[in-house]
Parts: sequence; C-alpha cells; structure tokens
Amino acid sequence: MSDLRDRIKDTIEQEPVVAFIKGTHEQAYCGNSDRALQALRSVGAGFTTVDVLLDPRIREELSALSDWPTIPQVFVAGELVGGADIVQELAVTGQLEATLHEKLGESWRRPGDERTVSVTDGPGLRVVPGG
Amino acid sequence: MSERLEGLLRVAFPKAREVAVVDRTGGGDHFHVTVVDGSFGGLSLVDQHRLVYDALAEPLGDGTIHELRITTRGEA
Repeated sequence: MSDLRDRIKDTIEQEPVVAFIKGTHEQAYCGNSDRALQALRSVGAGFTTVDVLLDPRIREELSALSDWPTIPQVFVAGELVGGADIVQELAVTGQLEATLHEKLGESWRRPGDERTVSVTDGPGLRVVPGG
Repeated sequence: MSERLEGLLRVAFPKAREVAVVDRTGGGDHFHVTVVDGSFGGLSLVDQHRLVYDALAEPLGDGTIHELRITTRGEA
C-alpha cells in the first residue's frame, strides 16, 4: 500500500465528515462537487474537503480504496455515503441528517465549520493556507 | 451515444422496469441515467449506484462520459 493511500485512508477514518472534491470548500471547480457541498451545508453539517486536483494519484488511490469511480465522494465516520446525487437525494429526504446523527451523535451540526486539508505533503495532514 | 448507454444498461438490468438516459447538454458527454429495478430493493444507494457504474464502466473509462448523474430506485 502506498504512503499516499495510507494518508487518504487516515483522512477518511479520522475526519467525521470528509468530501473529496475538485477544488476546495471555498471554491469548487465542478458542479457535482459543489452540489455535494451544498447538500452538506443545507443540513448544517461541518465538513473537511480534500482537493483531488492537486495530484492525479489522489483520485486513483481514492477510487481503489472506495470502489467508487467518480468525484465527489463523501464519507461520514469512515464510510462512503455517496457521490453528489446520493448526498443531494439524502439531504432532500431527511436521511442525510439521520445518517449523520446515527454515526456522529450531535457533534455533526457545525454550520460554517469548513476546512480543506491536503493528503499529498509529507506525513499527516496539512491545512491549506487560507483554507 | 444515449442509445449506447441505454443498451449497456438494458443488458446489465434485463428486468428493469425503467431505463432512461438523458443527454443533459446535447453534447453527448453529460448524461443523467435512471434505472428502476426490483433487484435494488435490498441494496443501499451506494451499492445501487455501483451497479450502474459497473454497467457503464467502458464509456466511463474511455472518456466518453464526462459527467454522469444517476437516479436509482427499487420498485415499490
């Protein structure tokens, strides 16, 4: 297993809610990535994002880990919840809040608590400046 | 191109009650596919979508599909 894959795996397991997207929480560069973030915001969830555009290997390793071919990918408590379509559908039907509550208790409700981390620079996580 | 995707989905889901492919932009690379199939009943949405991705692995892999939206439902 590569170091990069380990860091992706650690991020998925350690972050309560993490979205692998094209871009950052401040600027998503893809309509689907933006839809996923808007769905999380619509229920008041805090979240961490990882920008897969920083290195094409991130997407390769992520998809190998998750068995999911497209971006975005949203994980809650280490488990893949879905891409943009599923997360949006779950948000509309109320099931996203139920899933977050079931997996994270009350701690998920952190509106505006958003940040972007990198998985490519050295060991551990690095918070992107300004992010 | 929509016909090709619909054909792949029909082969993968021969008992589907509904298979629909919409070319969202008319450009032949942004699609919204809908599959309604009773066999989805016990599966999570993630696993339902994985089956659709598997059915469309070829056009996803060769770059034919730039963007794919998926709607799946088990029959009531």
